[in-house]
Amino acid sequence: MSITILYFASLREALGTEREQLELPAGIASVAALRAWLVARGSEWSPLAASRVRAAVNQALVSEAAAVADGDEVAFFPPVTGG
Amino acid sequence: MTTPESISVQLADFDVGAEIAALSGDGAAGAVASFVGVVRGGDSAKDAILAMTLEHYPGMTERALADIVVLARQRWALGGVRVIHRIGRLLPGERIVFVGVAGRHRGEAFAACEFIMDYLKTQAPFWKKEETAQGARWVDARDSDDAALARWQEKH
Repeated sequence: MSITILYFASLREALGTEREQLELPAGIASVAALRAWLVARGSEWSPLAASRVRAAVNQALVSEAAAVADGDEVAFFPPVTGG
Repeated sequence: MTTPESISVQLADFDVGAEIAALSGDGAAGAVASFVGVVRGGDSAKDAILAMTLEHYPGMTERALADIVVLARQRWALGGVRVIHRIGRLLPGERIVFVGVAGRHRGEAFAACEFIMDYLKTQAPFWKKEETAQGARWVDARDSDDAALARWQEKH
């Protein structure tokens, strides 16, 4: 399953990465599972584990239970501060 | 009042007078309410903000703003709606955001303008980074913004 992952703002800086194109193992079907898998890659990914980090799938805000499917664009970012 | 909404995410400044005039020109609106957000220079000399840089999520930003306007239209009968949000590096005193709403009467225009701002603050993917004499820092989200949003969700 191929997924595009984007990171924004303070999270992007903390991870030193703004974009990843990944092949995921079978069985990762939700945002929560994806996040856990990404974090498990190593301690440098720990900023992604913070509870305040929000997620969007295909450019819509979602909960941790939201489904993730092949070809999706998944973004992780801190709470928004526009306006 | 059939003016389509128009959403812009842009580097450039905007002309507030021209935007308001465009919302009120069709003869159907009896009220236009607007909000302009401006970069604050900090609350004291020690906390002076030298500049602010706005990052966003291209693509999602425009969709999120359009979705917010749809929500507003579900609650009130509105005429034209205009949302402009600037990105990039801005100095204190510069305009960041404009929301303008036309309605038949002031009640719906005021309410929808505030509603759109409250949703924008908590749902649209923008992030502010402040430059100060001590260095740059990301602005933290404020609980008061979540509370402002919750107000609308309770009322409905």
